[in-house]
Amino acid sequence: MKDINKSAKPATRKKSAKNKLQITTPSDRELAMTRVFDAPRTLVWDALTRPELVQRWLGVRAGWSMPVCEIDLKVGGTYRYVWRKGDDGFEMGMRGVYRDIVRPERIVATEVFDDPWYAGDALDTQTFVERGGKTTLTTTVRYASKEVRDAVLKSPMESGVAESYNNLEELLASTRARETK
Amino acid sequence: MAPGRLDATFAALADPTRRAILARLASGEASVTELAEPFKMSQPAISKHLKVLERAGLVSRGRDAQRRPRRRAAKPLAEATKWLERYRKYWEGNYQRLDALLEELQARPKKRQRAKR
Repeated sequence: MKDINKSAKPATRKKSAKNKLQITTPSDRELAMTRVFDAPRTLVWDALTRPELVQRWLGVRAGWSMPVCEIDLKVGGTYRYVWRKGDDGFEMGMRGVYRDIVRPERIVATEVFDDPWYAGDALDTQTFVERGGKTTLTTTVRYASKEVRDAVLKSPMESGVAESYNNLEELLASTRARETK
Repeated sequence: MAPGRLDATFAALADPTRRAILARLASGEASVTELAEPFKMSQPAISKHLKVLERAGLVSRGRDAQRRPRRRAAKPLAEATKWLERYRKYWEGNYQRLDALLEELQARPKKRQRAKR
């Protein structure tokens, strides 16, 4: 983990480098990510729900932009994201419907990609917990089946990097969690 | 790698003895007898673990017909780690950009306050 933080380009500030991303598999169909942010949760909430802010960080890795970001933040409202790759104009879009919104604590929404690379809708639950001015954001994605979740995990979202035993440790931890179910 | 194969990999890696066997094999091939020694386990018990590791493609058998040494196959382990790594990299990147944005947002109102004074 530490190696990854070191090699990352932008926010390698001492402050944020400590905040480690944890990936776990709470159940057969779920994938959860937990991350602490050095900001109050109302601010984190805004950064995740205001289009002009979402466009600044979500999926806009090198070479990618997010030309479309529409958010109708109400139960039954929809959201729509489109990313574009600069060099060849390749676009990738996704959408979903908000199922539950409790500001600034929880957002539940469906997610489905325009060109689905996994079967069925997935259900995303985001929780915001603030303690001492820091916010713990937990995103749990529930897929249609275990096979789908496993397929998502090995999708080519970004070019892979070399094997790391730190990751292996987490991999093992999540496997154990899964087996005790 | 097919999902079924991944499952076999994870199931194989979930056991501490099997992970220890893999760690031992990382430093070179070993026979069942040699593997049984440090683990204070019977050869049949070790053989059972080896079977699970072999099924997952994590361990293969060497040429020597008499000793039948086992050796570690690195590929499935690297693949299993790689796909998780991709996902992690993608989200690490997202969250680092979010860190920078949050910092900027928090700096903004302070500036305004200062400007007012």
